[in-house]
Amino acid sequence: MKTNDVIFQTVAKVVFFMIIFFAVHLFFAGHYYPGGGFVGGLLTSGAIVLLLLAFDIKTVRHGFPLDFKWLIGLGLLFSVGTAAGSLLFNVPFFTHAYNYFQLPLFGKTSLHTAMLFDLGVYLVVIGVTMTIIQTIGESE
Amino acid sequence: MSLLHWAILAPFLMAVFVPLIHKRAAAIHTGWFVLILPVLLFGMFLQYLPVTRENSSITETASWIPSLGINFTAYIDGLSLLFALLITGIGSLVVLYSVFYLSQSKEKLGHFYVYLLMFMGAMLGVVLSDNVITLYMFWELTSISSFLLIAYWYDRERSRYGALKSMLITVFGGLMMLGGFLVLSLMGDTFSIRELAAQALELNKDPLFGLAMILVLLGAFTKSAQFPFYIWLPDAMEAPTPVSAYLHSATMVKAGIYLVARFSPIFAFSGYWFWIVGAVGLFTMTWASFNAVKQTDLKGILAFSTVSQLGLIMSLLGVGAASLHVESLDDNLFITAVIAAVFHLINHATFKGSLFMAVGIIDHETGTRDIRKLGGLMSLMPVTFTLSVIGAFSMAGLPPFNGFLSKEMFFASMVHLLELDLFQMDTWAILFPVMAWIGSVFTFIYSIMIIFKVFTGRFQPEKLEKKPHEAPIGMLVSPIILALLVVVFGLFPNLLSYSLIQPAAAAIVPSILPPGGQLDVHISFWHGFKPELFMTIGVIVIGILLYKLMPKWIKMYDYMPGKVTLNQLYNASLYAAERGSNAITNSYMTGFIRSYLMYIFVFFIGMLGFTMWAKEAFHYDASAAAPIGLYEVSLIIVLVIATATILLAKSRLTSIIALGGVGYTVSLFFVIFRAPDLALTQLVIETVSTALFLLCFYHLPKLSRHEEKRRFQAGNALVAAGVGIMVTLLGISAHSSKFFTSINDYYVENTYKKAGGENMVNVILVDFRGFDTLFEITVLAVAALGIYGLIKLRLEKGGETNENK
Repeated sequence: MKTNDVIFQTVAKVVFFMIIFFAVHLFFAGHYYPGGGFVGGLLTSGAIVLLLLAFDIKTVRHGFPLDFKWLIGLGLLFSVGTAAGSLLFNVPFFTHAYNYFQLPLFGKTSLHTAMLFDLGVYLVVIGVTMTIIQTIGESE
Repeated sequence: MSLLHWAILAPFLMAVFVPLIHKRAAAIHTGWFVLILPVLLFGMFLQYLPVTRENSSITETASWIPSLGINFTAYIDGLSLLFALLITGIGSLVVLYSVFYLSQSKEKLGHFYVYLLMFMGAMLGVVLSDNVITLYMFWELTSISSFLLIAYWYDRERSRYGALKSMLITVFGGLMMLGGFLVLSLMGDTFSIRELAAQALELNKDPLFGLAMILVLLGAFTKSAQFPFYIWLPDAMEAPTPVSAYLHSATMVKAGIYLVARFSPIFAFSGYWFWIVGAVGLFTMTWASFNAVKQTDLKGILAFSTVSQLGLIMSLLGVGAASLHVESLDDNLFITAVIAAVFHLINHATFKGSLFMAVGIIDHETGTRDIRKLGGLMSLMPVTFTLSVIGAFSMAGLPPFNGFLSKEMFFASMVHLLELDLFQMDTWAILFPVMAWIGSVFTFIYSIMIIFKVFTGRFQPEKLEKKPHEAPIGMLVSPIILALLVVVFGLFPNLLSYSLIQPAAAAIVPSILPPGGQLDVHISFWHGFKPELFMTIGVIVIGILLYKLMPKWIKMYDYMPGKVTLNQLYNASLYAAERGSNAITNSYMTGFIRSYLMYIFVFFIGMLGFTMWAKEAFHYDASAAAPIGLYEVSLIIVLVIATATILLAKSRLTSIIALGGVGYTVSLFFVIFRAPDLALTQLVIETVSTALFLLCFYHLPKLSRHEEKRRFQAGNALVAAGVGIMVTLLGISAHSSKFFTSINDYYVENTYKKAGGENMVNVILVDFRGFDTLFEITVLAVAALGIYGLIKLRLEKGGETNENK
């Protein structure tokens, strides 16, 4: 008998976005409230895992046509780049800079290079989690 | 770097070029090129004779490691010069002999001369060094080059065995000697032998003096093949005969003699030195001469005879130490012992060298060295016969050869001991001349054995591989020169008295010399009817008698227990050491990871427990503790239950779920203790890892998936409890003794001010201590790639390893 996961799949499609938004929120809020790149990344991959459960690896791969291993490299590059960027301004490695800007739509917002570093963490965590799960899932 | 330094280094430099010469000039025997060097060096060292004659010395220093006080100091006095002349002189003759002994086409001569030159240079370095560290370096080089030379025919099993044995024994001694040198230099605060000798009397009072003496003597005894370390020498006879002649009769084995002589000025005031060196030497002499008689291999006889003669020289050096305790120079009889030692050293080098060469000729021309197969060679090899007679009679101590003179002096010194009232000698003194006499009787027997068993009696051509005939003249030149020296020194002993012997003896016992004075060395051929003359006559008479009756008592050796020989001991101890270390390693290297974890944990408990007990490190101070609330208590109860479930669960699945329970409880703890970031992360990570555990469980092979209760093991429980208790104690005492305030105030203050954030945890992670985070994500990346690699890269044949399929 062929099972029909229509309810699960439909719910997953909706819940996926809720999780993703929550994850993005956690990521952006990290500097001021609990959260940050690590939890954000884990939740993001959790959302993708939900899709994996509801559909299958092929479908998800079709939806996210990227190799997650590249994400690891990209994340590490972001992190190291942020840390090394401070050298260009003649300050020690890993010196962050921040300032407040008046942005349209957002109003007064602080922009912080730590965010770029955290973005690296975020990407690495997604890449690592997805690589592990995908690899194990595909293996016979 | 002076000329003297270059003289020491010249053999090494030459050794570099030997392979080249060997390759380029393949038509000419390589030995001819090598021969030039020792001859030149011999000539050069001869020029120092006038210097040492006046008891003066030459010191040349070249810096090596000046910051540590280690210099390459070359030092020439009578003793070093005597040895340098022996090394280069006999070296030249041996090289000449080897030219005819070893074939250019059949042997790997490139190797041979490289090793030989290395050895020569090392030996020169040993005798000419003043710095103990330099001396040690050259000392080990002699061990190494001798190892290479013994195993020259490395495809023979016996050669390798002999080489290994000599290496192990001499390097053991060498290392002991290094220890002795270091102790000495710590006591005297210098590495220079001369400076050490200058403070000999102060060193004598040092508590470490005895230790230094024993260690240095161990080095000397192993190298010089004294009892009980002599066992390597008979096995070293597997080397080519020129090597045996050079290393194992004239030079290397005398390095130990040199060492004893060189350090006599430092140690000889001690009564222990007198006793140890004298008694060990004498016992070695008697024991080895006794054992030489039963040998059937000519080189075996010569090996034991070398050991015996070295023991003789050693005992003379020991007895000579008594001369330091006799006040006036005029009636100091023990100086005879020192002179006899030096004289016999020269004599032994000459007659033993020629004997080895003669044996080499016999071996070369008949194809065997077994005295049971040889006989009646007198008329076939007249020159070799003459050489052997001269050598053997000199060794036996017969007039008119030089061995007679030194043996007379040996007896004289031993007899003089009866008059000594030092070192509790009054009761034991009689042993010395008696043992010396017995040893000499056996020396006499094996010496004439060499002559009569080989050259007289029935000729047995059927047992020989070749048709024997006289050796080519080139091979005879070297032993002829040595035999001539034996006769010349025998007839005109005073040729050497003032040029060589006096300076060398003066270097051994410098403290009894009056300033600027000289020792009176006059070796007279005839010195009246003294006890030593009657002893020699007794040796000859009894020796001849015993030789005649030999078939009657030779069976005595069969009764000697074969199981308790020193060789047996050496082999058994090597075997036992190997087996023992194997057994020890196997006993704890079980290959089970649980054993190793057990060691680690037990060590952890032991170290921590001991430290807590020894340092009284345990504190309990509850003043900093926070009140415990209802939530904590209930969570702890949940935690304990979950943990106990993991341990006691029958099924793995239960354990996994209980582990998840532990993880979620911990995240609840984070909630109570106000760590929201941790709680979030812990929740997600716990979920992921539980899922992974389930995955592992699902893929377990069916065989091991069956449910079983974990067996209870008291040891494991004990160790686990110990670790738990230790960690708890550690936690309590760490919490109870806070010595300084935490730095978290800084973070609280500056999170917003300096880093522009409000989540302190996150600011610390990405800003204050972002470095850690950077590498943690690297760890994650490595883990992910590792998992990817493990799963995707299956290189084994067959590829599929899942047993369930």
